[in-house]
Amino acid sequence: MFTYYLRLAFNSIKRNPILSALMITAIALGIGASMTTITVNYLMSSNPIPHKSEQLYYVQLDSWSPYEAANDQNEPPDQITWTDATNLMKAKQAFRQSAMASTGGVIEPAGQDEKPFMASIRLAFSDFFHLFDTPFLYGSGWSDSADSNREYVVVISKATNERLFGGENSIGRTVRVVGKNFRVVGVLDEWVLVPRFYDVTTGPFHETEEVFMPFYMKQELELTNGGNTNCWKSPEGEGFMAFLQSECVNYQMWVELRNDDERAQYMDFLNNYVTEQKALGRFARPLNNRLSNVMQWMENQEVVADDAQIMMWVSFMFLLVCLLNTIGLLLAKFTGKAAEIGLRRAVGASKTDLFNQHIVETAIIGVVGGILGLGLAYLCLEGIKSLYGEFVQNLVGLDLVMVACAIGLAIVSSILAGLYPTWRACNIAPASQLKSQ
Amino acid sequence: MLIMQDVKKIFRTDLIETHALRDFNLQVTEGEFVAVTGPSGSGKTTFLNIAGLLETFEGGRYELDGQDVSHLNDKKRSQLRNEKIGFIFQSFNLIPDLNLFDNVDVPLRYRGFNASERKKRIEESLERVGLANRMKHLPSQLSGGQQQRVAIARALAGDPRFLLADEPTGNLDTKMALSVLELLKDINRNGTTIVMVTHDPGLAQQAQRNIYVRDGKVSEMGDVVELDQAANG
Repeated sequence: MFTYYLRLAFNSIKRNPILSALMITAIALGIGASMTTITVNYLMSSNPIPHKSEQLYYVQLDSWSPYEAANDQNEPPDQITWTDATNLMKAKQAFRQSAMASTGGVIEPAGQDEKPFMASIRLAFSDFFHLFDTPFLYGSGWSDSADSNREYVVVISKATNERLFGGENSIGRTVRVVGKNFRVVGVLDEWVLVPRFYDVTTGPFHETEEVFMPFYMKQELELTNGGNTNCWKSPEGEGFMAFLQSECVNYQMWVELRNDDERAQYMDFLNNYVTEQKALGRFARPLNNRLSNVMQWMENQEVVADDAQIMMWVSFMFLLVCLLNTIGLLLAKFTGKAAEIGLRRAVGASKTDLFNQHIVETAIIGVVGGILGLGLAYLCLEGIKSLYGEFVQNLVGLDLVMVACAIGLAIVSSILAGLYPTWRACNIAPASQLKSQ
Repeated sequence: MLIMQDVKKIFRTDLIETHALRDFNLQVTEGEFVAVTGPSGSGKTTFLNIAGLLETFEGGRYELDGQDVSHLNDKKRSQLRNEKIGFIFQSFNLIPDLNLFDNVDVPLRYRGFNASERKKRIEESLERVGLANRMKHLPSQLSGGQQQRVAIARALAGDPRFLLADEPTGNLDTKMALSVLELLKDINRNGTTIVMVTHDPGLAQQAQRNIYVRDGKVSEMGDVVELDQAANG
């Protein structure tokens, strides 16, 4: 019977093209608006590394002022100091670990015709690439010894490799960054992290960096601080080293802990470390250390902005209004079919048969509305992209999940909208229709 | 075949109750061709709707083909309508955007026949009413008489035991009406029981038996001319 109902549905849609078009348009508008905001929220809140998001932990230590908390919620600062970053790295207490920081610098291409350009740089330890399972096009990350020996090595992004070397295998070649020559040891493949969870302090939806180099280059080359630097007291002394060793926080720290035991042990280690530091006159506040896994950290940092969530609920309200309109239109349409419904009842259709027939019709309207709504959502997302540029480009893509979600939402919505009109249609008294036609 | 005993039907609104049928008693035997006449508002159509299981009733008992149908649920009533009853209406009630083939197909779809069985029955039915060569036409491309023939084909396709006709020639001119009546008589000769509601005494005269309904009750009469005179005072 399903194919029969499908055929009847298409006939019915053709019979009332204007009513059908209005219903489809109403659903398309509602779905388009909803899917646009759902897509943005979905991508904002998606798990960027699902296979190990519960093993990766962000480290927070409360090194803040004895007189006031770092924030209203008495949370520890969202970054750590250079001193703590280097101390924790030297302790090597986690299965994998990497302190990191962002900076920037000029890259000077080898070719005479190429102009120097500014590049984003991430300072990290060799474990960075293992922690976050970075995909490599050529080569790999640097070794542990490159960290400790402060070797001039870099991993560059695919785009940077294309810009500097035309996309060729550039392993072993030299690239001049911040006025120094670095040897390329790895070229990353396309690496899109949404959100870019490893450092949300500079914006969770920025692209991954163009160049990655050993952490201690920060000290070696006296690189400037990127992102946010927050201090609760002034550096004790003048110059770069004084600033580096101050209580200013500008560094992130991620560790990989494979199970609860490792997590508990690492937390003990952190507490012991802070207790030791207290003995040295630091960490005046009570113990307040945190280990947050990826999704906890995303929530803590409110990666999904409140206004994006409000927009999503507003769009749902709009979808509801569209569905209410659809209910009215369906009522009008099914009332116009009363004679046919009466006839079908007379020749043997049960209420269930008629219910199924009309639900198939509303579902088809939903599918068509959903497909059009997807098109509208795509146009809206493209519009957002053109308005806000590269900053949001990772947030405005429709993937297969969202396409399925849109079609599913459209079908469910239209069926919900169709329930009352369909119920009314099924309960039309056939006798009155057959005589009055 | 069809037995109604003391059947009552009351239509209620907020203000009034209308007793459409009062202690309605009727027995129709298999193979009969019965005409039901009576003045407007006498309850003829209500009787036909109850007989065709399109309406429920308040009191009494109704037995169709040996089965008490007084308290059946919607599914069972629909199934009985589909399998045992064929309907012919004054206004044909064809679905305008379905061609003749698909119109005749409607009751067969709910019967659950496979495609080849349905095709065979549709072709036979349309052949029987003389419209086999117009299967792909839409109802709007046919005359009134032809549309009623399609409705008859639709009613016959399921091979019902019982045909209910409500003013089947009411919308037709005399020539077409006679042609449809001949078709109904032919169907009756082949064993199908027919109950026909009509205002037309001439048409009623063609039936084997006449039932006169007044004020929701039955009075059976054999002489249709007398019946007509009585109805018109």
